[in-house]
Amino acid sequence: MSLNDLFTEIILDHYQHPHNHGTISNPTASSRGYNESCGDEVFISLTTKDGIVEDIKFTGAGCSISQASASILTDLVKGKSITEVRALADKFYNLVRDINAPEDEQLGDAVALKGVARFPARVKCATMPWHTLEECFKQVDGK
Amino acid sequence: MWKKKGKPLVYLDSAATTQKPRQVIQAIDEYYSMYNANVHRGTYDLSQIATDLYEDARAAVARFINAQRPETIVFTRNTTESINLIAYAWGLKHLQAGDEIVLSDMEHHSNLVPWQIIAKHTGATIKFISLQPGYYLDLDSLRKVITGRTKIVSVVHVSNVLGTINPVKEIVKVAHDAGAVAVVDGAQSVPHIPVDVSDIDCDFFAFSGHKMCGPTGVGVLYGKYKLLDDLDPFMGGGEMINEVFPTTSTYARPPHKFEAGTPNIAGVIGLKAAVDYLGKIGMDNIEKYESYLGEYAFKRLSKIEGLHIYRPSRNGTGVISFTADDMHPHDISTVLDAEGIAIRAGHHCAQPLMRKLQVQSTARASFYIYNDESDVEALAVALEKGISLFKPRRKIENVAK
Repeated sequence: MSLNDLFTEIILDHYQHPHNHGTISNPTASSRGYNESCGDEVFISLTTKDGIVEDIKFTGAGCSISQASASILTDLVKGKSITEVRALADKFYNLVRDINAPEDEQLGDAVALKGVARFPARVKCATMPWHTLEECFKQVDGK
Repeated sequence: MWKKKGKPLVYLDSAATTQKPRQVIQAIDEYYSMYNANVHRGTYDLSQIATDLYEDARAAVARFINAQRPETIVFTRNTTESINLIAYAWGLKHLQAGDEIVLSDMEHHSNLVPWQIIAKHTGATIKFISLQPGYYLDLDSLRKVITGRTKIVSVVHVSNVLGTINPVKEIVKVAHDAGAVAVVDGAQSVPHIPVDVSDIDCDFFAFSGHKMCGPTGVGVLYGKYKLLDDLDPFMGGGEMINEVFPTTSTYARPPHKFEAGTPNIAGVIGLKAAVDYLGKIGMDNIEKYESYLGEYAFKRLSKIEGLHIYRPSRNGTGVISFTADDMHPHDISTVLDAEGIAIRAGHHCAQPLMRKLQVQSTARASFYIYNDESDVEALAVALEKGISLFKPRRKIENVAK
């Protein structure tokens, strides 16, 4: 496993040129995620309509893995239903934790993060934005 | 020693914990295989041998830091527990609402959070000696925060992030002149520079065994005997008592008053072996070598473009913190790990200091007696490799959805 398998072109591209970067002014839900051990953080805001994620943006600061994961996440979930996204999140958690996990097409660019499974110390970097997204969904559920 | 994919380990995280010399491992092994018995209890030979080994270690540690007598040395689990002991046993007894606790901007969480807890209990407030632009503390900023209400000053001797050696002797003098008790967190000093607690004249001094070639799970609290004697116990139980009745007890004298329960006997014996080991090399020699290696590393790393180094302009040890323009400290750490180089990345349990430095985190290489110039070179080459991997590139257009 070389460094290029972890820090892939796709990850470095999302890290250096994040997609959907910013905040939504009147979001349906928003949440801040923070990794205590390293200080990585993301702030996700989103709007939903009839259980579908209409728009989503993020801001943050941290390592390439956490920020690329957030960028990829925003691309992936836009236009999908919350139920679909929750199923996707489970597939993603599996991808970055299990080195034998299948490369599911539905995960799109997130497949580029599969190398994380070989770096256990970095798993929480990749999953933090997804946990933050789940916090947003909890707020939507409560409305 | 452990190897990563055939690459020899380059261990640059000694500020977190040092490697252990064979002498220390053997001392622990010998105690468990030859002399294992509880201390201060048995009336049989074996228990007496174990007790002698344990108390010899106390005397050796006292000599190592030039404490007045062995009874001023309390064995704890680590620096954190030593500071908590002072915060609870001294702080709860002596602090009142409106009193002031003075710390510094460089504190490790272990010399900050216990005081926050005690401040909450007592209504005391916390003030900070401010960090100067050259990454050091000066006495003027101490004089500015100290007032007639200052009851205790607790400062770090050597910063775990910056490697700065603070002028603790002078700080203690200013504290004493104001009538305050002075505490020094020596976790990063005792392993790296000669320490003389009698000369520093501090009231309490805390450090850990595992950062100075000793085992984990054993730490030290030094306290002036009169002050220790005046304190109430921190924990109650066996070993720390004199006479026990159903509703009251009388306590043992220091240091045993603060060593409730069976202590980490093997750890203490291992710590003595570590103290003997370091003493043989000589703390003066260790200080000189580390200061040389730290400076050597500073010069080599300064040549790397895009790297920012947080190092005091003077009085630095073998600790070097740095950040890179385009590569987060955790990415730096992963890149180095792939080359077999172990460093620490993160906030180093010093979040307020990170905010002062206006960074989220840093990468930190910390050198010790077993490191040399070739380790510095391996670090520099791997950093250059990582920086080129993370060099800003043009956006890949077909990735965008």
